[in-house]
Amino acid sequence: MKALRAWVARLFGSWPSARRERELAEELQDHLELQVEDNLRAGMPRERARREALLKLGGVETAKEAYRDRAGIPLLEHTLQDVRFACRQLARNPGFAATAVVVLALGIGASTAIFAFVDAALVRPLPYRDPASLVSVTESIGTLVRRSPLSHADYLDWKKLNRALDSLDVFSGSGYMLSTPEGAELVSGARVSAGFFRTLGVAPVLGRDFLPGEDAKGAPAAAILSHGAWQRRFGGREGVIGETAVLSDIPHTIVGVLPATFHFAPRGAAEVWTTQQGTGACELRRSCHNLGGVGRLKPGVSIAAADSEMKRIASELELQYPDSNRGQGASVVALAEELVGHLRPVLLLLLGGAALLLVIATVNVTSLLLVRSESRRREISVRGALGASRGRLARQFLVEGLLLAAAGAALGLGLAAWAMRLLLRLVPTDMARGMPYLQGLGLDPHVLAFAAAVSLLAAMLFSLTPVLRSPFTAIQDGLALGARGSTRTLWRHFASRLVVVELAIAVVLLVGAALLGKSVRQLLDVELGFDPDRIATLRVAAPPARYDDSERAVALAREVVARASGLPGVESAALTSVLPVSFNGNTDWIRFVGRPYDGEHNEVNQRDVSADYFATLRVNLVRGRFFTDAEDASKPKVVVINRALARRYYPGEDPIGQRFGDTSLAPGSIKEIVGIVDDVREGALDSEIWPAVYYPFNQDSNTSFSLVVRTSQAERSLLPALRAEIRRIDSSLGIVDEAAMRDRINDSPAAYLHRSSAWLIGSFAALALFLSVVGLYGVVAYSVSRRSQEIGLRMALGAGRGSVYRLVLVEAGRLAAFGIGAGLVLGTAAAASLRKVLFETSAWDVPTLVGVAGTLALAALVASYLPARRAASVDPVTALRAE
Amino acid sequence: MGDKADVWQGTLALMVLKTLEALGPLHGYGIARRIEQTSGQLLVLNYGTLYPALLRLEQEGSIASEWGVSENNRRAKFYRLTRAGRRQLAREARDWEQATAILARFLAPSGERA
Repeated sequence: MKALRAWVARLFGSWPSARRERELAEELQDHLELQVEDNLRAGMPRERARREALLKLGGVETAKEAYRDRAGIPLLEHTLQDVRFACRQLARNPGFAATAVVVLALGIGASTAIFAFVDAALVRPLPYRDPASLVSVTESIGTLVRRSPLSHADYLDWKKLNRALDSLDVFSGSGYMLSTPEGAELVSGARVSAGFFRTLGVAPVLGRDFLPGEDAKGAPAAAILSHGAWQRRFGGREGVIGETAVLSDIPHTIVGVLPATFHFAPRGAAEVWTTQQGTGACELRRSCHNLGGVGRLKPGVSIAAADSEMKRIASELELQYPDSNRGQGASVVALAEELVGHLRPVLLLLLGGAALLLVIATVNVTSLLLVRSESRRREISVRGALGASRGRLARQFLVEGLLLAAAGAALGLGLAAWAMRLLLRLVPTDMARGMPYLQGLGLDPHVLAFAAAVSLLAAMLFSLTPVLRSPFTAIQDGLALGARGSTRTLWRHFASRLVVVELAIAVVLLVGAALLGKSVRQLLDVELGFDPDRIATLRVAAPPARYDDSERAVALAREVVARASGLPGVESAALTSVLPVSFNGNTDWIRFVGRPYDGEHNEVNQRDVSADYFATLRVNLVRGRFFTDAEDASKPKVVVINRALARRYYPGEDPIGQRFGDTSLAPGSIKEIVGIVDDVREGALDSEIWPAVYYPFNQDSNTSFSLVVRTSQAERSLLPALRAEIRRIDSSLGIVDEAAMRDRINDSPAAYLHRSSAWLIGSFAALALFLSVVGLYGVVAYSVSRRSQEIGLRMALGAGRGSVYRLVLVEAGRLAAFGIGAGLVLGTAAAASLRKVLFETSAWDVPTLVGVAGTLALAALVASYLPARRAASVDPVTALRAE
Repeated sequence: MGDKADVWQGTLALMVLKTLEALGPLHGYGIARRIEQTSGQLLVLNYGTLYPALLRLEQEGSIASEWGVSENNRRAKFYRLTRAGRRQLAREARDWEQATAILARFLAPSGERA
């Protein structure tokens, strides 16, 4: 207690106080005078009385010093002094200070910004209760599809039969036509089983959760709103509970509102959540898979155990329902893995890149400080000669380093905040919806702690290096003007090594950036199978209740195409159920007429397209014919297949005229192949081509479809007219996702992920290149300035300019060669770890490596040419006279 | 001067506290003089070390200081014992007596040897 009280007093006493000093002086003065008087009284002469009094006190200054040491905390006081001194030092050389702070800020800012994304996506737990015990439960199809949605019937069996999960619930996507005063609007939604939110451990903030049984057939329709939808569409009124919302012509009672913090990435955009009652056309068939599963593990059950349990149940169902379940397996993975696993390689790659940039920045500042410590030898020697201890001198460097790091960190945090906002804005809207965990990204405590740790580490590194290298030992050496000691050569070797490190890291980043850049070009140049230029697209959703039979849907589709075709500048228009470059999926399961069948999965992409679809997209017809608009439900069923299907299922045969149907070959399902088209890339840019079937829309209609319009003018400017024209048909039609086909492709997740990582790593690499070349320049220039006397001597003895150039360039060339060589070795090793994110680009790409080495060599040449020229222009007389 | 002892660490605080208890509020010089007198001039007190010791006692709350007027009519800083200081004095004096008693027994010429 007493000691603590004393420490607090000393802590406050550490700040310099003029009053305390004055009082101390006065007190000591009193003391002396009292004693002088006593001494006089004892009969001493005045002179002696005063001397004795001083002797007895032990000197006024000594007493004051002892008093001050006790008044404050000497370490703290000295540190404060060091800080003041460091500030003055830095202010005296603002160019140096600014350079060091900016370089550090770049490194700290880049790594902090990237870490914030890593933290949001990979580190922070999902906003559910005990997220570690949540799993994603799906089926799998043979070895082709590792994770495929559940069918409703399978879900019910799995839920009933498993012993590994406390609960199992499902979700599926849906869109609703919401009647609003401005007309119908398509809102994104999700349908879930009644226990979905309970399984996640999320409770509504307002109203109630779905009740058990509310997902049974015929239960009254209930809806839960997302927090955003509640605020935006219902004004955040509490009274909204119990009101009715008309969703696609069906009245739903609003029963609850979800918390603002809730998000569920697979349905990131969902505004309304309704119950999955298993009454849809798909849910009634065991072979139709449209549900995602989320389960909570029983305590003590591992994911692997749940996985094998589900696989066991799946194999029982295979025996029980061979028609629908042959080849259907099961897959259980951690929910977090399902939600963010695909981002991990890219994010870790970016974090690695940012870390390398930070290392370069730190090394760069280290060599700057080294140069500076070299030119401060005299100052340090003088302070040493005046009695500063080694520790005190070392602390001075540490304080200067920490000060630089603190300034760098402050600026770096600003940069990071700006970069985060910029990066978030660059995420395409559709993708951002799928990554709801990125909302609220900012300088939160996690991110700040990271920045602090990184800055501290950097500060330690670059402030301790000069301490270790500093020429404390040779004080008289430093005092002698122009003295040259062995320390200088030592320093040169050390700084050279740092430059080699910088160059090597720059090479690694450049190699990575070049490979990623090449990979992006490959990705965007990938064969699409159609001409994506001058195509406008949008999606139309008609209320199913109003277009309930296929005739009405077909009539609507024909009207939409006709109206779109009639717009000025439009060359042709067509429909498809799913636009190309979306996803592999929405599949059909086919069985060939006249061939033995053992229940194998012939999984093919299925698209329903209108007659002019292939012509509009300019898809090449390989054989046979396209279908016609007249081929509707009244005509025999026909199908166009892609090359991949022909290759896989009709090797060495002519598919034209062959027939296939559904797995039971039901008479109504048999179709005849009338044409083969080139492979259109239906899936993402970086996924493979699947076999595909194209059915006439008129024979397999739907109330929701995408329109593709080829125009002779700018396609983006056509979109508003297109929207207005379609609205004129029926104002209850929902129209969404209006975009140019080119933009859709460029903003697709695969393109975005590749492009953004290439750009980020590219800018890291550019910074690294710049920093390392500047570092090289610094070392060579310093070395030249130190050797000007030697160079002058050489020239006086007859050395030509050429040989001086050679002298400098050889030194720089050796460093560059070491750096580039080491970088190439490390770069190829690092590139191997890139393999996961590269698209059709080999990690061992000789032209890339040669190009990078060439670029860096050229930059190094430029960086060393300038000091070499200065060296060659040394005037021997001046150089020899100097010092 | 060989027969004079230096004041060893720790005992100075005790002497200061005892002095203030005996004489009431006193300035630094007065405390120093009193300690030397009480020791019968056997102690050499470096007056310079007294002030940090006073500051320490003040920081610990055992004594308090205020400015007053000295006997020669000058402004001077007076130290006085606080309640906590009184308690500390009692405790330390007891400890000290105990310690010296034990040592005395060890050093007594008639002590038994094992």
